[in-house]
Amino acid sequence: MPRRGGLIAIMQPFKSHTGLVVPLQRENVDTDQIIPKQFLKKIERTGYGEFLFNDWRYREGKPNPDFVLNEDQYSGATILVAGKNFGCGSSREHAVWALRDYGFRVILAPSFADIFTTNSAKNGLLLVTLSSAEISGLMSRAASGRFTLTVDLESCTVSSQDGFFSRFSIDPFTRTSLLEGLDEIGMTLQHEAEITAYEKSHR
Amino acid sequence: MSKRTLFEKIWDNHVVCSGPEGSSIIYIDLHLVHEVTSPQAFEGLRLAGRKVRRPELTFATMDHNIPTTRETRSQIKDMLALSQVEALRKNCREFGVQLFDLDSPEQGIVHVIGPELGLTQPGMTVVCGDSHTSTHGAFGALAFGIGTSEVEHVMATQCLVQKKPKTMLVHFSGTVSKGVTSKDLILGLIARIGTDGAAGHVIEYAGQAIRALSMEARMTICNMSIEAGARAGMIAPDETTFKYLRGRRFAPPEKSWQETENRWRTLNSDPDARFDSTVEIDASALAPFVTWGTNPGMATPVTGEVPDPDGAGNDSERNGMLRALDYMALKPGTRIQDIQVDRVFIGSCTNARLEDIRAAAKVIKGYKISQHVQGLVVPGSQNVKHAAEREGLDKIFVEAGFEWRESGCSMCLGMNPDKLNAGERCASTSNRNFEGRQGAGGRTHLVSPAMAAAAAVAGHFVDVRTWQYKE
Repeated sequence: MPRRGGLIAIMQPFKSHTGLVVPLQRENVDTDQIIPKQFLKKIERTGYGEFLFNDWRYREGKPNPDFVLNEDQYSGATILVAGKNFGCGSSREHAVWALRDYGFRVILAPSFADIFTTNSAKNGLLLVTLSSAEISGLMSRAASGRFTLTVDLESCTVSSQDGFFSRFSIDPFTRTSLLEGLDEIGMTLQHEAEITAYEKSHR
Repeated sequence: MSKRTLFEKIWDNHVVCSGPEGSSIIYIDLHLVHEVTSPQAFEGLRLAGRKVRRPELTFATMDHNIPTTRETRSQIKDMLALSQVEALRKNCREFGVQLFDLDSPEQGIVHVIGPELGLTQPGMTVVCGDSHTSTHGAFGALAFGIGTSEVEHVMATQCLVQKKPKTMLVHFSGTVSKGVTSKDLILGLIARIGTDGAAGHVIEYAGQAIRALSMEARMTICNMSIEAGARAGMIAPDETTFKYLRGRRFAPPEKSWQETENRWRTLNSDPDARFDSTVEIDASALAPFVTWGTNPGMATPVTGEVPDPDGAGNDSERNGMLRALDYMALKPGTRIQDIQVDRVFIGSCTNARLEDIRAAAKVIKGYKISQHVQGLVVPGSQNVKHAAEREGLDKIFVEAGFEWRESGCSMCLGMNPDKLNAGERCASTSNRNFEGRQGAGGRTHLVSPAMAAAAAVAGHFVDVRTWQYKE
C-alpha cells in the first residue's frame, strides 16, 4: 500500500473489482455499529478490521454464529450489500478504516450517509448506490452464498456472471480520486495562489 | 443578484476557487479539534512535512475519552485514552495550536466551548472532526462534521473540497406549550422525516417558534441536524445572537462591534429565496418526545405508546422496528409513561449548557430521585459547571441524589469510564440511541433535560407538562 502524504498516491487506486458478496439485511447501519467507540482510542489508521461490527460479530468474546459475516460461505467477502442510509451517525473515519482493513473494497446500498461517503472516498472504498429493488435482488442472490460481482468504476457498471447488470452514477470527482488514488491535499495546495489571495481579501 | 438563502450567502462568500469536476474549494474560518479524530491527521502532516496553515484559527480541547470525576481526571488509567490525550498535547505544542487542556478553566465539550468563548460567529465556516459540529449553525454559521482525512486537509490548506449541498427549509410555526423544548422540536422533526430525511441537505430552521428560542436552545436543535442526516443545520442570526456574543472572549471587540453587527444583519435568506425542499411543522401541536427505539427517528410523544411493527410501511421498516424492540426489550402498545428507567444522564453537546442544567434543577428541586435510579449530571464545560455552582444548582442535584461531575462527553458515547451496563435503561439528554451507544447492551431513551429530571424522580417517564414544581 502506498504511503500517505506528500505528492504520491494516498491510496490504492480503484479501477475494477471482482469479489464475493455478503448481504447485511439492515437499514440505517450507523458507524457506532461498524466500529464501537471502545476501539477509537488508537492513534494509528490501521488495525481496526478485527473490531469491525464488533458488537454484532462477537458474543461474550466468541464469534456470533447468527451474524452473517461469521458464516463460512462468506469468508473472504470483499463486497458488502446493505440497506439504506448506511454509515449514518458519528463522523468517525475509523468506520471506513475498519471496513477496508477487514478487506471490503465495495459497499452497495440504496443510500449512504454524507460524512461516511466523503470518508470512504478518501480511503479507496467504493460506495455504489443502486435502487432498493436492485439491492433486494442482490441480497437474494447473495443469500445462497458464493455470489460474486464485478464492480467496474471506469464504466460505472455492476455485473455478475448469472446475468445481473446495472449502471450506477457517482460524483465525478470521487470517481477520479478513486481511479487515480489522488492526494487531495496535494491537489488543493496547487491552488496556493488563490488561497493566499482569498486570505488577503478576507482579512 | 438572484434571491439567495442564508446558506448560499455563506457558501458564496467562502468559495476560494472552483475545484475539480464540479466541486468548490471552500475556505474554513474556524477549525475545532479534539483528541479522538485528530492524531492520525497530525501524523499525516508530519509524514508529509506539512504545517498547520492557520494555527490561530485552530483550537483544541479534550472531551471524548476523559474521565469526569475530579480524582480520575488527573490520572487517566486507560492507557489508550491517555495516549490520545498526550498525543493531542504534543501535537498542539509541535504545531502551535491553542489547547484548552484538562486543567484549563475553559475546557469542555468542543461544541459547548466554541460558542461559549465567542469563537463561533455568524457567517463563518466551522468544521470539526465530529458530526455534532452542526451545533454551531445556531449562530448563522455553516458548520459541519468531517472525518480525519478532511481534518488533515483543513490543517494543511485551511480549505476543503466540497460539492454544494442542497437546501431544506424547516419552518416551525406557532408557539410551543410550556414544558416543550427545542429538544422536542428536533425529535419531532426527525420522527417525521426520518434519520435520512435531510441527507445531502443543509437545513435552515425558521419560523416563530425558532425566533423565540434562546441561543442555547437553538444550539440543541442545530446539534441534532445530523440525526436527520443533514450536512448542517442553521438559524439566521438576530438580536438574540448578537446579545449572546457581545463581550465574549473571542467575539469582535467593542470598537468594531457595530460594524460587524451590521454585516451580520445581512445574513438571512432573502424573502423569495428558493429551497430544494420545505417542511412545515406546527410547533404548538408538539408534546415532549421520548425515543423508544435504536435511532433518533424512533420517537413518540410522551403521551403515546410503543408502536406496533405491524403498522410499518414496508418489510424492511418492520424488520428494523422488530430488531429495535428486541434490543430495547419493549413490547408494542406499552405506554411510554409505564417504562421504568435505571439511569438518568443529563449531559452532552446537545443538552449540557447552563439553561439545560437549570431546567433539570428546577424539576428536581425539593425532590429525591427514585431509589432504583442512578443519576448523573455532567456539565458541558468548566464554565457551565462553575456558573451552575454559583447559582447553587450543584447542591440541588446532590441533595436529590444525583452525582455532579466535571465536564466532558461522558455517558453520551461511553468512550470513557461513564457508561451503561448491559440491560440498563437510561433516560438521556444526549443525541443518539444507537445500539450500545452508551455502553454495550445499554438501552437509551432520548429526552429533554426537564423530562430526564422528572423521570429520575418518578422512576419512569412522566409528562413534564403536568409536573408539580416545588419552589
